[in-house]
Amino acid sequence: MNTERQTTQRINKGLQRRYRAEKRFQRAGIGAICAALFFLAFLFISIFSKGYPAFQQTYMQLDIVFTEDVFENENLATANFPKLVRDSLFKMFPEVTSRQDRRALYQLVSSGASFTLHDMVQQDPSLIGTRQTVWVLADDDVDMYMKGKIDADEPQTDRRLKNNQLQWIERFQATNKIEKRFNTTLFTAGDSREPELAGILGAAKGSLLTLLVTLALSFPIGVASAVYLEEFAPSNKWTDLIEININNLAAVPSIIFGLLGLAIFINFFGLPRSTPIVGGLVLTLMTLPTIIIAGRASLKSVPPSIREAALGVGASKLQTITHHVLPLALPGMLTGTIIGMAQALGETAPLLMIGMVAFIVDVPSGFTDPATALPVQIFLWSDSPERAFTERTSAAIMLLLTFLIFMNATAVILRKKFEIKW
Amino acid sequence: MKVKSLIVAGAVSLSLIGATGAQAARDYISIVGSSTVYPFATVVAEQFGKTTNFKTPKIESTGSGGGFKLFCAGVGVSHADITNASRAVKSSELKKCAANGVDEVVEVKIGYDGIVLANSKDAKQFNLGLKDIYMALAKHVPDPQNPEKMIKNPYKTWKDVNSSLPANEIEVLGPPPTSGTRDAFVELAMEGGAKKFAHLKALRGEDKSAFKEIAHTLREDGSYIEAGENDNLIVQKLQANSAALGIFGYSFLDQNADVVQGSMIDGEAPTFDNIAAGNYPVSRPLFFYVKKAHVDVIPGMKEYLAEFSSDKAWGSYGCLADKGMIPMPEEERQKYAENIENLKTMDM
Repeated sequence: MNTERQTTQRINKGLQRRYRAEKRFQRAGIGAICAALFFLAFLFISIFSKGYPAFQQTYMQLDIVFTEDVFENENLATANFPKLVRDSLFKMFPEVTSRQDRRALYQLVSSGASFTLHDMVQQDPSLIGTRQTVWVLADDDVDMYMKGKIDADEPQTDRRLKNNQLQWIERFQATNKIEKRFNTTLFTAGDSREPELAGILGAAKGSLLTLLVTLALSFPIGVASAVYLEEFAPSNKWTDLIEININNLAAVPSIIFGLLGLAIFINFFGLPRSTPIVGGLVLTLMTLPTIIIAGRASLKSVPPSIREAALGVGASKLQTITHHVLPLALPGMLTGTIIGMAQALGETAPLLMIGMVAFIVDVPSGFTDPATALPVQIFLWSDSPERAFTERTSAAIMLLLTFLIFMNATAVILRKKFEIKW
Repeated sequence: MKVKSLIVAGAVSLSLIGATGAQAARDYISIVGSSTVYPFATVVAEQFGKTTNFKTPKIESTGSGGGFKLFCAGVGVSHADITNASRAVKSSELKKCAANGVDEVVEVKIGYDGIVLANSKDAKQFNLGLKDIYMALAKHVPDPQNPEKMIKNPYKTWKDVNSSLPANEIEVLGPPPTSGTRDAFVELAMEGGAKKFAHLKALRGEDKSAFKEIAHTLREDGSYIEAGENDNLIVQKLQANSAALGIFGYSFLDQNADVVQGSMIDGEAPTFDNIAAGNYPVSRPLFFYVKKAHVDVIPGMKEYLAEFSSDKAWGSYGCLADKGMIPMPEEERQKYAENIENLKTMDM
């Protein structure tokens, strides 16, 4: 009786220790997840807080008189549109007379204003000779002031906007001729050195074209290689070697693929530099190992009973694979491909060596036009000194993250929907 | 049958790849080179693309050295037309150019760029001499007891280097060895400081490479921190740490003058006028080099060169001065504008 109670007590104490150890382990696990979520939240919050002002852009209203003598020449492009903008500003502020002051006044408006006017007249030539109120882009320094990033209390020498310029902006504010609107330029323009004129369209289109090439090349080759290696290849030294090499390639740093692309595609084959076709070829080399490995894993997961059943009803080996095994393995291959594409979307290092890290203003329209990619655009903007590029860099990061999350979420949903649990 | 169709498919794809090698139709200017000149060249390129019917030139930021490698690789449509540089071309690079058939190169100086040693506005502005900079940052300095002997840098605070400086620990954030800014900084500031020691000045006359090794090697014990090529990052770090100093180009000081201030060097403040007048000692010229052979082949090259050499671009009130580049004095501008007009080539 006594020994029974002693034993029970010992067992109970042991149990308590066991429960405590389990609780500690659980808490450690939860703590690790919380730490990861905290860092993730910190990342998103810091990017979002820096980036959301970029979705608004300051516009100013000007009274433009399209005087006829400016348009004497037939060629619209040579008309002196900056003069129209200057005349409108000087008429609004007739007390500004000295050359220095006039220059400072003209700097309040973006250099893109004259292109806005050019487009207006090109679309509707009947505007010549009339007077119109036009909303034009404000300069990036004015935009920063309106967003509170320039402190009026700082001494004048330390500010980008001087006291007289601030006074003129206040006049615009008093007459409601300055306001913030949704920044459509960010989505419709290519790269620019002026922050208010810069957009991600060129980079987004370049990324799209590059990924199209990558998908078109890597998916068929990857799936075919996986099928051959899994179903047809004999199991000998050579296939072991190939398998080891493919697994290694998946871990090679991506810049090596860039060097390979430079040496082979540009120097040997003579393909044009900085184009989506070369970028796509390099990224294909990078994503192939991922697709092959994912493909082989999904082919392995199809149970042998399916293959045997197909062979049993008289199908040939090729028919078994193409009619039965491959369709069942396709969901896994698709998710592997989508994840590979998402990785390729975020790559910058291999594109560096083939010339896609470049200032390219025109939006690419074909596979052989020079182009850049979205992560490269972010990298280039983050290096620019203008204060307004800080928020645009964060906004571009937000857009890139949105695309990546969307692609990865699609992969997860597809996998959940089409996965067959044997 | 299957094998034959595979071979046919392979041949077709190879020929297609070969056919796209016909870049003879390159209708845009291809520019490579310095990451310091990149912000200025891109402004001119964008204006050029917007105001003319030519395509906007494509400008890559590969670094001055990388740019020369690509530029000197040969003549032809698949090679770069212009290379930007934050230093003059070396004779070894010119030799390589000549060896690959690039023997007509036009050198154009476009302006100057100041390098500043800045700190946060929350701290007091530093007033440094070139000698102080050398003593604070070099790996080996002359022994204070015995100036002929070189010892490992023992100075921990700025006060150790110069008693009139504050007693802060020496902490300088600067560019890595791959950066042209670093090359310019060691050449102008560190060599300038080293020359103030009589023994080292004499060494410079006798054994230039030994002098350069002493002057160019920066300390690695944590007082000089390589903060990467992104100057925006250095500005952010200075805002967070008011005891540190940072090394970057004048354009970043200009854009962030409300949060950082440049140190005075040898009594001269890093202002636009001081650098333009040549009073501020740490400023370097910026160049670009053009292949004469490409000028008539690639559409728009003459017009791009004319655009760059117009007062609207590189003049005292031009758009490049707005972006933080220090313009050349009038006579120099005339000289290089004439070089461009006549496409005057260098002595190779």
